[in-house]
Amino acid sequence: MKRSGALLLFPLAALLSGCDLVVLSPAGDVAAQQRDLLVVSTLLMLLIIVPVMALTVLFAWRYRQSSTTATYTPDWDHSTKLELVIWAAPLLVIICLGALTWLGTHLLDPYRRIDRIEPGQPVTQNHKPLKVEVVALDWKWLFIYPEYGIASVNELAAPVNQPIDFRITSSTVMNSFYIPALAGQIYAMPAMETKLHAVINRPGTYTGFSANYSGAGFSGMRFAFHGLSDQAFADWVAQAKSAQGTLSRETYLELERPSENEPVRRYASVDPDLYGAILNLCVERGKMCMNEMMSIDAKGGLGLAGVRNTLPLQYDKLARRGAVFGDAPSYVASICTAEEAAAASRAARLDDDKGWPLRDLSPLRGVGLLAPGAGTRRADAEAPSLGLLRLEL
Amino acid sequence: MPESLTKFIFGRLTLESLPLHEPIVVGTFIVVALGGLAVLVAITYFKLWGYLWREWFTSVDHKKIGVMYMVLGLVMLLRGFSDAIMMRLQQAIAFNGSEGYLNAHHYDQIFTAHGVIMIFFVAMPFVTGLMNFVVPLQIGARDVSFPFLNNFSFWMTVGGAILVMASLFVGEFARTGWLAYPPLSGINYSPDVGVDYYIWALQVAGVGTTLSGINLICTIIKMRAPGMTMMRMPVFTWTSLCTNVLIVASFPVLTAVLTLLALDRYVGTNFFTNDFGGNPMMYVNLIWIWGHPEVYILILPLFGVFSEVTSTFSGKRLFGYTSMVYATVVITILSYLVWLHHFFTMGSGASVNSFFGITTMIISIPTGAKMFNWLFTMYRGRIRFELPMMWTLAFMLTFVVGGMTGVLLAVPPADFVLHNSLFLIAHFHNVIIGGVLFGLFAGIAYWWPKAFGFRLDPFWGKVSFWCWVLGFWFAFMPLYILGLMGVTRRMRVFDDPSLQIWFVIAAFGAVLIAAGIAAFLVQIFVSIRKRAELVDVTGDPWDGRTLEWSTSSPPPAYNFAFTPVIRDNDAWWDMKKAGYRRPLNGFKPIHMPKNTGTGVILAVFSVALGFGLIWYMWWLAALSFVCLIATAIGHTFNYHRDFDIPAAEVAQTEEARTTLLAAQA
Repeated sequence: MKRSGALLLFPLAALLSGCDLVVLSPAGDVAAQQRDLLVVSTLLMLLIIVPVMALTVLFAWRYRQSSTTATYTPDWDHSTKLELVIWAAPLLVIICLGALTWLGTHLLDPYRRIDRIEPGQPVTQNHKPLKVEVVALDWKWLFIYPEYGIASVNELAAPVNQPIDFRITSSTVMNSFYIPALAGQIYAMPAMETKLHAVINRPGTYTGFSANYSGAGFSGMRFAFHGLSDQAFADWVAQAKSAQGTLSRETYLELERPSENEPVRRYASVDPDLYGAILNLCVERGKMCMNEMMSIDAKGGLGLAGVRNTLPLQYDKLARRGAVFGDAPSYVASICTAEEAAAASRAARLDDDKGWPLRDLSPLRGVGLLAPGAGTRRADAEAPSLGLLRLEL
Repeated sequence: MPESLTKFIFGRLTLESLPLHEPIVVGTFIVVALGGLAVLVAITYFKLWGYLWREWFTSVDHKKIGVMYMVLGLVMLLRGFSDAIMMRLQQAIAFNGSEGYLNAHHYDQIFTAHGVIMIFFVAMPFVTGLMNFVVPLQIGARDVSFPFLNNFSFWMTVGGAILVMASLFVGEFARTGWLAYPPLSGINYSPDVGVDYYIWALQVAGVGTTLSGINLICTIIKMRAPGMTMMRMPVFTWTSLCTNVLIVASFPVLTAVLTLLALDRYVGTNFFTNDFGGNPMMYVNLIWIWGHPEVYILILPLFGVFSEVTSTFSGKRLFGYTSMVYATVVITILSYLVWLHHFFTMGSGASVNSFFGITTMIISIPTGAKMFNWLFTMYRGRIRFELPMMWTLAFMLTFVVGGMTGVLLAVPPADFVLHNSLFLIAHFHNVIIGGVLFGLFAGIAYWWPKAFGFRLDPFWGKVSFWCWVLGFWFAFMPLYILGLMGVTRRMRVFDDPSLQIWFVIAAFGAVLIAAGIAAFLVQIFVSIRKRAELVDVTGDPWDGRTLEWSTSSPPPAYNFAFTPVIRDNDAWWDMKKAGYRRPLNGFKPIHMPKNTGTGVILAVFSVALGFGLIWYMWWLAALSFVCLIATAIGHTFNYHRDFDIPAAEVAQTEEARTTLLAAQA
């Protein structure tokens, strides 16, 4: 019996030894801590699961009908002591697990800057985080390195043992940015920004992909993540700098079109405001950015003038259609130039980088727009024409 | 015909909408069409239409409606499983540069349809059918509170299923995943009819589910036999009550969120768009506020089944009835406080994530208590390993693993590495197959003799059991491992060849499950052939404990000639011990509801309405909507809704049973 059991286990062990359980043996410190939590939680739960499974088999065998020696108490249905045990035992495990969860969730919050490179090596002033802006496109990944002014498609590189700060968004639908060897995943969502802080500890090439189904080309939405030594990373940057392409708003709109299984591509220079424009859905010129719109609304809105401030949709880049009964699709026109808006959003993001708490992101203030509660607002009839609005930075 | 007229009549339905270029779909269509035709011809040949219409389709008898729900669930199981095995095959071969045999357009529909069908049109009808059949019998009632509504609910569920099936052959189904997250499901990124099929199929079926929930709550609250206080209700009735409370509280959320999505798609509102102030995360929150209670809607009644089965086959009172009831109620309430654990990775803060992670873990406490209660029901019992008990033991050994991985996924940092991976897929199949499906098979084997008067053949039942259990472990353990290898769900092709072996093992498991389904069908067929051998005239083949076993098998239309009086929560066990004698005279006429075809007609108009909206055939939508309202109003003028079964007929039915019982003795 025992020997046959071992024989059965043997092929399983052989199979397992041949595969790379990347979630259980990651190369990044964050993923390693997540792995530790996963293992500890499993062990904690096994404290309950194993006895339950053993008792199930034991009782089923011991109290089988054909057994003549087993006690039979057909009316026994209550025991306060037992009840206490069966409620308290899982409760105790959950209290431990809950405490672990609370700590782990806060320590491993992807929005939190990492405080160690690896166990025993805290992050110091000398560690300058690498900033990467990630955009999920249909169906490829765009990585922008704002400090180097370069960008790449379907290829990501970072120096080992250096914190990486990811800012993540998406151009059209939801995706999830996931490099199992590096750190847990986080969604990439249009018009929203998520953040991830991580570090890679071992040089090597790892796989990254989208972990949320996003349409026809989803399976091919994979990229290589290179963990490089400082020197190799500098070489990689230099290589990118010597590439041909420039990523301007126009080339981005070209790139944004749906395509599948894209090869690696690099851009020697990037429009510095591109990421902010993608995030705020205003890469197309003449379209109002979401952050402008929100700060106008926060100040009380433009009234009827705002309602009129829409233009028919012309940038039909994904063959979008209107609704069946609704008006033709339209968009909100910008009221300042794209450059002004971009400068504003850049300033806001720089402030944001300085840390919590977030500064009030309200760079826009039209002359006609008083903050709610700050005196009387002008009636709609007196609302200034859009040209009167100006930017106060 | 001028183009504008064609467009008016057919909307956007054209000949190109028929998937004639997809050989797999055409093949499926031919098989389904031939099979369907054979059934129709057989019904006509044996002149069964009148019988089916009078005795089944228009029936308001909760037992017959329950059986029809089970038939619907079984038929849709075959469809949902075909999707599953196609996915398994695709993933097992799409390696080393091979694209497999399914293109993205087809594959993406298949995994969406698999999820939608298995949840809405397999698990829900099975669970609702079981509750419909058993609950009134367990509480000593003659029928549910609103018998016509019950029939209507059933046909609306069928209507939704018909729309999903239609999408296979006319147009296409959604390519969005089973919850159709916007913006992908919005009009910009899914302009085809797929998402519209999804919306209207679920809306039509959702009406049925919500109404059936209301019906069963009223039944349980108002129609219990005298003496059956809340704390004397059988546990299955308790879990059914909680499930229906969950249905009534959560399905309107689904209806609302799908309505908002439909408005976005049809009228150009911007609830869930990227631009214009829309926020797709609102949809994700709302759909999971329905979606999480939904999984408890599915599992709770089966917890009830396991309680009944364990107690009956251990020949012992259920251990810790009170704590079982409170555990169920606690799960019911907590199931509303955990929805965010489905999207920890969408950037909620650490405190929010911790809160929802910990509430999720807390649910495992009452669930664990239930598990122990079943264990201690077996303790010092006298366990008979009949089929229902085998399923229960398989459940206990399988479900704890799924429960453990579930709690693991509730730890947010662990979820960050496992979310959307095949580990997650393995987890929820582990609890849904290991819990819901095993429970359904236990319930079917347990109550089949009550419904039809003969047992199910144990040999084929055991074949099915072993195929299912082994098939499950072979199909889903590799998925746990693949999840730990960082493989995500809904992938169509793979580039890492070392993964292939695990997908091949999983496909083998799926084949075993196919054998399990086949063996189950054979079991039903063989049991019907051998019904004389397997017959049970006592009405109480398992030495049961609850009221349904006190009446004949199958029960008469009126269930109980006299309403029983309850003194204990194992009412029938108590009556047997107290030397209960069947009353043989003094029968009175029994007031019963009359059959009506209105439910079928309303469902037909609903399907037409849905079809019209899907294809932009506005005349059809408007016409069927008017007809729908008119029929509903018309039905209120139907004053011939009830009749009395004469005392003589009741006496005759009961006399027949007395003779049978005497012959048995």
